[in-house]
Amino acid sequence: MTGPAPLLSVQDFRLEFDTFDGVYKAIDGIGFDLAPGESLGIVGETGCGKSVTAKSIMGLLPSPPARVRDGRILFGGEDLLRVGERRMRAIRGNEIAMIFQDPMTYLNPVFSIGTQLVDVILAHQRSRPRAERMTREQARDHAVEMLRRVHLPNPERQLDSYPHQLSGGMRQRVLIAMALSGRPRLLIADEPTTALDVTIQAQILDLIGELRRDLGLSVVMITHDLGVVASVCDRVVVMYAGQIVEDASVARLFDHPSHPYTRGLLAAVPHPGRPAASLSSISGSLPNLLDPPAGCRFHGRCPLAGDDCLRPPPISTIADGHRVACWRATEAVFPGEAVDAGA
Amino acid sequence: MAIQSENLALAPPGFAERHAGTIRALRLYARTFARNGSAMLGLAIVLLFLTTAAIGPWIVPFPDDATGSIHLDIKLQPPDGVHWFGTDEVGNDVFTRVVLGTRVTLQIACIVTGVAMLIGVPLGMIAGFVGGWVQEAIMRVTDVFLSVPGLVLAIAIVGALGPGIVNAMLALSLVWWPGYVRLVQAKTLALKNEIYVQAARSMGASSLRIVFVHMLPNCTSPIIVKASMDMGMAILGAASLGFLGLGAQPPFPEWGAMISIARTYLPDWWWYSFFPGVAIAVTVLGFNLLGDGLRDVLDPKHRE
Amino acid sequence: MLALDDLKVHFDVSRRRGEKVVVKAVDGVTLRLRKGEAFGLVGESGSGKSTIGKAALHLVPITGGRLEIDGEDLTRLDRRAEKRLRRTAQMIFQDPHSALNPRMTILRSVAEPLVLHTPLRGAELTARVAELLEIVGLSRQFLYRYPHELSGGQKQRVCIARAIALEPELLILDEPTSALDVSVQSQILEFLKALQADLGLTYLFISHNLAVVRYLCRRVAVMYLGVIVEEGETEALFSNPRHPYTQALLQAVPYPQAVQPDRGPPLQGDIPSPVDLPPGCRFHKRCPAFVEGVCDRHEPPQVRDGDAMVRCHLYADAGVS
Repeated sequence: MTGPAPLLSVQDFRLEFDTFDGVYKAIDGIGFDLAPGESLGIVGETGCGKSVTAKSIMGLLPSPPARVRDGRILFGGEDLLRVGERRMRAIRGNEIAMIFQDPMTYLNPVFSIGTQLVDVILAHQRSRPRAERMTREQARDHAVEMLRRVHLPNPERQLDSYPHQLSGGMRQRVLIAMALSGRPRLLIADEPTTALDVTIQAQILDLIGELRRDLGLSVVMITHDLGVVASVCDRVVVMYAGQIVEDASVARLFDHPSHPYTRGLLAAVPHPGRPAASLSSISGSLPNLLDPPAGCRFHGRCPLAGDDCLRPPPISTIADGHRVACWRATEAVFPGEAVDAGA
Repeated sequence: MAIQSENLALAPPGFAERHAGTIRALRLYARTFARNGSAMLGLAIVLLFLTTAAIGPWIVPFPDDATGSIHLDIKLQPPDGVHWFGTDEVGNDVFTRVVLGTRVTLQIACIVTGVAMLIGVPLGMIAGFVGGWVQEAIMRVTDVFLSVPGLVLAIAIVGALGPGIVNAMLALSLVWWPGYVRLVQAKTLALKNEIYVQAARSMGASSLRIVFVHMLPNCTSPIIVKASMDMGMAILGAASLGFLGLGAQPPFPEWGAMISIARTYLPDWWWYSFFPGVAIAVTVLGFNLLGDGLRDVLDPKHRE
Repeated sequence: MLALDDLKVHFDVSRRRGEKVVVKAVDGVTLRLRKGEAFGLVGESGSGKSTIGKAALHLVPITGGRLEIDGEDLTRLDRRAEKRLRRTAQMIFQDPHSALNPRMTILRSVAEPLVLHTPLRGAELTARVAELLEIVGLSRQFLYRYPHELSGGQKQRVCIARAIALEPELLILDEPTSALDVSVQSQILEFLKALQADLGLTYLFISHNLAVVRYLCRRVAVMYLGVIVEEGETEALFSNPRHPYTQALLQAVPYPQAVQPDRGPPLQGDIPSPVDLPPGCRFHKRCPAFVEGVCDRHEPPQVRDGDAMVRCHLYADAGVS
């Protein structure tokens, strides 16, 4: 990839979980880069490992049972997997922040919004030198400013309200305010709008886009919704069963999907903008990651599978910035795919 | 779609296939349970207790000693090769009495817990399911019972009815059932909102069917856990009543009653109260550990 | 097949000694579903769409209006009417994970409607259940499994098998694919489509997912805060939405394609609670086409144009083209 050095670079990352029934090989050697100011989407279905990846970046996975087998996660030159908990605490919130799917479970119901926001702001101050730290007063002002930025109506009054008094959309705005209060460089959003209604989702996605422009944020957006990815992300990484199968710009991915899984996914999603004759589906089901198949983990369900798929596929770059992990990367349209004339 | 089916020709599935799911689930439970050291210890103790109760009368060296024979010549002997736990003040072998007391204790515990469940569980389900003033009425009565300390209430009841083992069991049952009402009512309330209950109603299932077929089987886990813990507490309760002279009367070999007399012989003839006391402690511990172990296994959060 | 006339479902959530508070979940809905058609009901939270589905099956009490299924008035439910209802209409619920009793085998779960309404028992019952499972694409080996051993898609199929056991004519599907992954969703949707064709079922498809509704349903109604704001043929409504809310809704859905269509700013404001209804048109506080003095005072009229309907002041005098 040409351009400035990436802000975040995941390299050969391999992660396992020790469970009651054996070793769950959750992530099997993934790698991707995020340029500064870029918005990257990580797309996949349940069990593909996208949330696990996000939590690994933040160091939020409890270390038994999770175990890093291999790889590096480079952020601004530091390997997050090796910096130690103290440094991670300084990084969380101040450099990398995360927002989650269900705002209600991430806000303490017995404290007011203001208390929680101020607490978070003050906590972030601890990693700054004493002279530069904010006072409680300043933190409160900062909290109001953050709420204003996320377009929460009546920010001063809302400081005293409790989570249950706010709607889902407003709670998510508060969480975003909390996440951005430390002025991080990177925001990781794990399905932030999945639990929200469509019109509210549009508002929140719009807000994230606006904040990205105003604050120069880089965003990693984790979702299963291809529409969300298409509307807010610059680039996309498609994951399946712990492996990255395709990595491309949004334009390339939707116009020239190359991996059979990506194609299957796009053909299976009904398009809200036009009628479709039929939806194709991907036969079979997820492999058991306690005993994953060798090589490409999708080969059990792939219409183009062959014997060589039992070996790990090479990562071919089929166009500028478009990488695919498939032996058949340049194969033609596969059966069942709806042929459409493009956007 | 006609009801006729060629599948009638297929052989009906065997026992193993029909219950494969249950067998798998039980195996998982057993494995989880076995990993828990203290739970296994609890299980071992309880099994020992049950075995002793079962085969007691056949293994004791001096069976007559439990029914009031008197051998004043060997009274208050310390433990030795013949009398492993020594003898008491009328010359009875303490070991025999402790072992035979196991039976009595088990009976009391089972009956008390059983009756408490029989009263408490249905009341709890009715309260949770029907709601409204019925629920209010049942819960308030339950609250009244729960507000009085259990043992005190039991003593009062036995005091009114007169001492004796039957009255002791009655009293303890009356003290225990409110606990089940609380538990079951809470669980039933939670289950009412489950989608499968709504689905059953949308298929036209009657309320009775919903309660018995859908809700009750889903209540069994917490009930089992509570019951096994309660066995231990019931034993303690019965022993306490016996200790106060309100339960089993001598010469009944009930552990509490034995200690009640034995304490006057402390500390010189320590064995007389020591062994029944240890028996109580170990048995109650066993049931508690077992209950804890069961809860860890049956708790749905653990199943993840 | 299904007719709702001015149906109302109000929930009384007053506190014991406080003032009376009523949640008007469904506040005057009129719908006609023809036999064999797939009708979509779309809306966000608080729109009342799920409540309508439940009301049609008497899972929530009907406060007012009329319910008619297959020509029979079923607003009040007596024993005979209830039996009729259960055999004619069934529901597929949103969350397949909790729609099945975890303590019952698949066989028992699917057999339940048969046990309740037919004299089938024993080997014949098992055979019939096996047949139903086959229709939904599950083999006999699932008969004795427990729900937790099945995947989401399989559980939903079991729910479908259970719902068609009594050969109903009307199926109410409440967000049947929302809890499922995309690849499984397409399987279930294709299956539902085929099933409808095979069995001549009528579908009331309730969903917040516009793309899915567009795919499956011939006619659709959009709900907002307990009333229908627009209704019509799916294609016509999606390509030419009339009500400002419908327009906002369609605008808000992101397209799974590289270049997004040109959209205005998203709809402002939050979805108000059905407890505190604004006067006049329910949507006026967020409506980009708000007309002062009209929209906040008077309830908008229902303007009809053949099969289509819009409930909005904008079209009241204009005579819809």
